[in-house]
Amino acid sequence: MTVVLNQSFTGISIGAVLLLIALGLTLTFGQMGVINMAHGEFIMAGAYTTYVLQQAVGGAGVSLLVALPLAFLVAGATGALLEWLLIRRLYTRPLDTLLVTWGVSLMLQQLARDVFGAPNVQTTAPDLLTGHITVGGVTLANNRLFILGLALLCVLALTLILRLTPLGRRIRAVVQNRDLAEVSGIATGRVDRTTFFIGSGLAGVAGVALTLVGPIGPTMGTNYIVDAFLVVVVGGIAQLKGAVITAFALGVLQSVLEYSTTVSVAKVVVLVAIVVFLQWRPQGLYTLRTRSLA
Amino acid sequence: MSGLSISRRGLLTGLSVLGTSAALGACGAKTGSDTSAASGAKADTSGDTVKVGLLNSLSGTMAISEVTVHNALLLAVKEINAAGGVLGKKLKPVSQDGASDWPTFAEKAQTLITEDKVVATFGCWTSASRKAVKPVFERNKSLLFYPVQYEGLEQSPYIFYVGATTNQQIVPGLDYLKKQGLTRLYLVGSDYVFPRTANKEIRAYAKANGMEVVGEDYAPLGSTEFSTIVNKVKGAGADAVFNTLNGDSNVAFFKEYKSAGLTAKSLPVLSVSIAEEEVKSIGTQYLEGQLTAWNYYQTTPGAANAAFVKAYQAAYGKDKPTSDPMEAAYTSVHLWAAMAEKAGSFDVDDVKAAADGITFDAPEGKVTVDGATQHVHKTARIGKVGANGLITEVWNSGAPIKPDPYLKGYDWASGLS
Repeated sequence: MTVVLNQSFTGISIGAVLLLIALGLTLTFGQMGVINMAHGEFIMAGAYTTYVLQQAVGGAGVSLLVALPLAFLVAGATGALLEWLLIRRLYTRPLDTLLVTWGVSLMLQQLARDVFGAPNVQTTAPDLLTGHITVGGVTLANNRLFILGLALLCVLALTLILRLTPLGRRIRAVVQNRDLAEVSGIATGRVDRTTFFIGSGLAGVAGVALTLVGPIGPTMGTNYIVDAFLVVVVGGIAQLKGAVITAFALGVLQSVLEYSTTVSVAKVVVLVAIVVFLQWRPQGLYTLRTRSLA
Repeated sequence: MSGLSISRRGLLTGLSVLGTSAALGACGAKTGSDTSAASGAKADTSGDTVKVGLLNSLSGTMAISEVTVHNALLLAVKEINAAGGVLGKKLKPVSQDGASDWPTFAEKAQTLITEDKVVATFGCWTSASRKAVKPVFERNKSLLFYPVQYEGLEQSPYIFYVGATTNQQIVPGLDYLKKQGLTRLYLVGSDYVFPRTANKEIRAYAKANGMEVVGEDYAPLGSTEFSTIVNKVKGAGADAVFNTLNGDSNVAFFKEYKSAGLTAKSLPVLSVSIAEEEVKSIGTQYLEGQLTAWNYYQTTPGAANAAFVKAYQAAYGKDKPTSDPMEAAYTSVHLWAAMAEKAGSFDVDDVKAAADGITFDAPEGKVTVDGATQHVHKTARIGKVGANGLITEVWNSGAPIKPDPYLKGYDWASGLS
């Protein structure tokens, strides 16, 4: 029983990581339809922000807390700049966007290599987050609990922004019917940039969280980009709840399979399961129903 | 690390190297029939200086480790030159960057031999890079000195293996665990040739020695998700973990290990790929008290080591640690110099013939070359990571162990190949 509970928590914590890295993508890919291959590099930007901050400030706890908003701003600004420079010119050419952002991703990786050196670096986690608590025989690692909390907080914040704020209304309006939004007086260009800013910023926050579980390196983003796209595609684009359910489902599935087989087999089975699922439901778990003809 | 980008780039480099090596192969075949051409690409020893090749990854994912080996090689060359060189000639080091990419290693090895006409080459780290350059050195009849511990079961006539083979590192490590009464092992490794081969050997050893392997798991090279593996380790009732993970995965593994509440006391980990440099980058707080198996530590006593550490830190920085592969690299240059002096010649066959019995007072203690296997007699040392990031020895084999790359002297290993 303990094993099952332990493994469920592991699955949920893997799911939380998946959710964090995919959350930004639900906005930029899900809502805007931009296939952004450089999303992983925004994760990297967030992680390196944490590293630089820790080098400058010192205190592990303080630097982690300051890194969260700062990484959001750094990654968000990078994303907004990318949107303004390149992506906005390519909204009607999705495949070109894919190639361009892939090129940008390689350039950002090389930039990181030149600035921070090729070897990976590490941050020190605050003492509070290196331990664990035991609840009824189940070991809950503090860093995983932190990531879980952070992921849920981000989902909540994003939901509130999209549902309740004027900005959220504008974003949803542009997503559902760009032309109608435009003739209604919404500056769609500005809304696009803001959406991209938030989406990229969330990737930065994910980067901060990832420093708690692994090393920071120029290519760390590419390790996660495929998983992030999988979550968004399976969840159904344009829906937050789809991403949330998918992330946790994939996390639990992965950890259960990994426990009973091996890492590689688990990865294969999960991928096959996804392919089969998409055959049955190509639009993903949830779709957005609108009256627009597009 | 990056499955995506490397596979794409790897495809391109792979294709281009295929083209190059096909062309080279064709050249080799043509010159091969011409008997005089055998010495066509031979080392140039006509001037006041002779060139030695240094082949390390100075960029890419392996750079963190290989740059330190490169530094140690340069230090040895400098020392030999200061003492008058080899056979009256000064050594001129020629560095080539293997770029953590195996086809590039093969290409650069060829460059060193044919264009730079080096008398010997020192370097390589991963077994993958060694396997990539092995045919190049064999085809050109040129010498490579390999400084890193490896999985054994190999013996090229043109490679000197200065790092430990299995019976000088992994087997003593297992002996140590057995002596401590830690008989239920969990094997965790990266998914490539070295850990898979090593674990095959460990299983055979365990079976013959009344030990039990209670679990075996591999993570893809560069993987950072270890929560499930750590859970499995925790639930398996093991006494110790035998860790053959390589590179950055160790960071994620040990972070997860600590988060799960496992410690060096409750469930010790014996690692064979973590040296002083890696301890520093993983973080001492995650590794304190854990075990390692090597032939050398920065703390190894002796005048030779004191001088080596002092010279290295004077050249590269006071806070720089020295490690086993660096020490073996440093030693390898001195061993080659002694072989050439004894042979009175830089010729590959003469050097090989002179190799047997060559000794050197290395930082790890006195080492002796075994001519038949082209490996080195080395003392095995089990160490424990201290709070200061240095590793202190808790056990050693007493005397240097005779290299046995094919484990012929061990009955349990008879089924391995």
